[in-house]
Amino acid sequence: MTATALKEPSVSGSPSGAAARDQRGRRPGRIRRTGLPYLLLLPALVLELLVHLVPMVIGIVMSFKELTQFYIRDWGTAPWAGLGNYRVSVDFDAPVGEALLHSFFVTVGFTVLSVGLCWLIGTAAAVLMQDTFRGRGLLRALFLVPYALPVYAAVITWVFMFQHDNGLVNHVLHDQLHLTDQPSFWLIGDNSFYALLTVSVWKGWPFAFLIVMAGLQNIPRELYEAAALDGAGMWQQIRRITLPSLRPVNQVLVLVLFLWTFNDFNTPYVLFGKAAPEAADLVSVHIYQASFVTWNFGTGSAMSVLLLLFLLVVTGVYLALTSRGRRTADV
Amino acid sequence: MRSIRAAAVGAVTVSLALAASACGGGSATGGGSNDSPRTLTYWASNQGASIAVDKKVLQPELDKFEKQSGIKVKLEVVPWSDLLNRILTATTSGQGPDVLNIGNTWSASLQATGALLPWDAGNFAKIGGKDRFVDSALGSTGATGKDPAAVPLYSMAYALYYNKEIFADAGISKPPATWDELVADGKKIKAKGRSPLGAEGANLAENIHHVFVFAKQHGADFFTAEGRPDFTNDGVVTAVRQYVDLMAKDKVIPTGDAEYAQNQSVSDFAKGRQAMLLWQSAAANLKSQGMSESSYGIAPVPVQSGTPGTGTQVNSMVAGINLAVFKNTHNLDGATKFVKFMTSDAEQKILNTAYSSIPPVRAAQSDAAFNSASNSVLKQTLATSAAALPQVADESQFETAVGTAVKDLLADAAAGRAVTADSVKAALEKAQQQMPAK
Repeated sequence: MTATALKEPSVSGSPSGAAARDQRGRRPGRIRRTGLPYLLLLPALVLELLVHLVPMVIGIVMSFKELTQFYIRDWGTAPWAGLGNYRVSVDFDAPVGEALLHSFFVTVGFTVLSVGLCWLIGTAAAVLMQDTFRGRGLLRALFLVPYALPVYAAVITWVFMFQHDNGLVNHVLHDQLHLTDQPSFWLIGDNSFYALLTVSVWKGWPFAFLIVMAGLQNIPRELYEAAALDGAGMWQQIRRITLPSLRPVNQVLVLVLFLWTFNDFNTPYVLFGKAAPEAADLVSVHIYQASFVTWNFGTGSAMSVLLLLFLLVVTGVYLALTSRGRRTADV
Repeated sequence: MRSIRAAAVGAVTVSLALAASACGGGSATGGGSNDSPRTLTYWASNQGASIAVDKKVLQPELDKFEKQSGIKVKLEVVPWSDLLNRILTATTSGQGPDVLNIGNTWSASLQATGALLPWDAGNFAKIGGKDRFVDSALGSTGATGKDPAAVPLYSMAYALYYNKEIFADAGISKPPATWDELVADGKKIKAKGRSPLGAEGANLAENIHHVFVFAKQHGADFFTAEGRPDFTNDGVVTAVRQYVDLMAKDKVIPTGDAEYAQNQSVSDFAKGRQAMLLWQSAAANLKSQGMSESSYGIAPVPVQSGTPGTGTQVNSMVAGINLAVFKNTHNLDGATKFVKFMTSDAEQKILNTAYSSIPPVRAAQSDAAFNSASNSVLKQTLATSAAALPQVADESQFETAVGTAVKDLLADAAAGRAVTADSVKAALEKAQQQMPAK
């Protein structure tokens, strides 16, 4: 349905131009027609190569080198390590591999919870704000504030709020509500996981809200009216109309949230600095530490390549599963 | 049609320009040159209370240098959190400053990268000779047996800063000279409802500086004579435990300090919230936070027993900043001239006064300006009882691995978990396993 809607303007957009081209002779016209889009795409392609692909390839090459502090000044002289860096990274009985595996599990748990909560809160808010009421515009704008704030400014504010002695969180939980026996530590120790999750969800849910809100605009009101006439309550309307209609939107939304959250570097780095507590040792910061802090860029690159492979596999499987599901649903 | 052609030509031009600019960039391997003799870029470390303070201190001196030599120095003050990363990036890309400040403990690690100009006899001769500098400062400029990777710029030492009013309230007449006395005094201070001792539990470098001194006091070292990590020997375990126990068992460091990493303990002390602080050359910092010099005293860092000295009586690391020249500089002569200027007697007096540090240059150090009560403690410590951190290529990795282990142990202590010899040893074992394999 959407595909035909997209095609229409391009066909109807330039009928006279197409006729003019046909008169000028076929071959050059065709070359021009087929070549021009590629030519216009060239700058984007070159930029894509420079910004994404070249660094990725260099990163992959680095992962096969023994790139330590002794060689960073002249990469060419670094000896080839073969699969050595990979062997170190996936040897889960040795400390480096064990730490990477631990960090991986922490990241998976964190990502599942964060994406789940972001989606749930974002969708709930979007659905509840579908009907017009006084102040809706203001609330919508307010909800988007965490998403619009610069990450550093937002997270550093949370650092102040999570402080043990003077933080707002302990002031409310301990001093006022008396929920804890003594003030808790949020930036060190096991609680750091919940602190990280809180900030991540706070920062991420407005995006889910925004996307789902846009998706909801495409659902025809008549469907709800018809459902209401048939006696469907609000919950049934959500289950039978809203969620199935949002399926394509959710498919992309969850994938994007997953990739962003899994790779998030800024939030843990600003919250905890270079050495994240074990409970909140996300894989991105872990790799940063493995390369920049210990000056072993070869191992760091190998870990990055492993992470890339994992994300590729997950994304591929996810897309295969969800599109198959959609095809059968369409039939 | 014409506009389409123009767009096509534009697209090709932009692509070519992008590709060409990506191929440019400097080589990381070249040596120095004198291609741009009129300018220098200088990365200064953040020595003052803020970056603005540093600019205010340094800019007039750089203007003076420009007047003398005709060389314009572009100053950038780099925060400590970024400095090492910036240097590593500059090393990797070959695009860096001409002259830069480095923490003196990084000297051997950065020396191993080959990015810094070695200070051989010839280079030292250009700045007045190696003999102009004091030995303790020269001991922290690179691995032994190699030409120094940098020259000393500012020297600092740890001291015990104490709040006179809180001490008087608690009935303490003189600052503690041993750790037992410090713990006993801490209890008296606590009995008055005040907090005894501040610390930066989540600051890896601070943790390292303290446990290094404790290790020395227990006759232990973190590295063997051959430069291999040896973090789990009994002396080191006892030393780390003694430091962590200041919070876990003796309870003189408040648990809240376990998450400090932004110099909050200095603010706490300056605001009179804490009675004692172990810090390096803190006078300028305390003054900028509004603490008057008369309200605090300064004493040597405690030892196990007796008085500070060498061997097990060491009570400070040799702290300080070194000045290095980036090997890829395009103004080698200018960079050397600038180092000569910054280490001249006159500039040493001005800069070290501004930063309340001690000049590593002999002639400047003996100036009357550095004979005040606070400076004499620091000078005495540097001259008689300070030891350089291990000058090994893996020093940076050691700071991170062991610093993190101590941070985690302090976090355990803050959470009320028991800190035992076994838990300390396990944390250190893990740190040692993270060190590069040899």
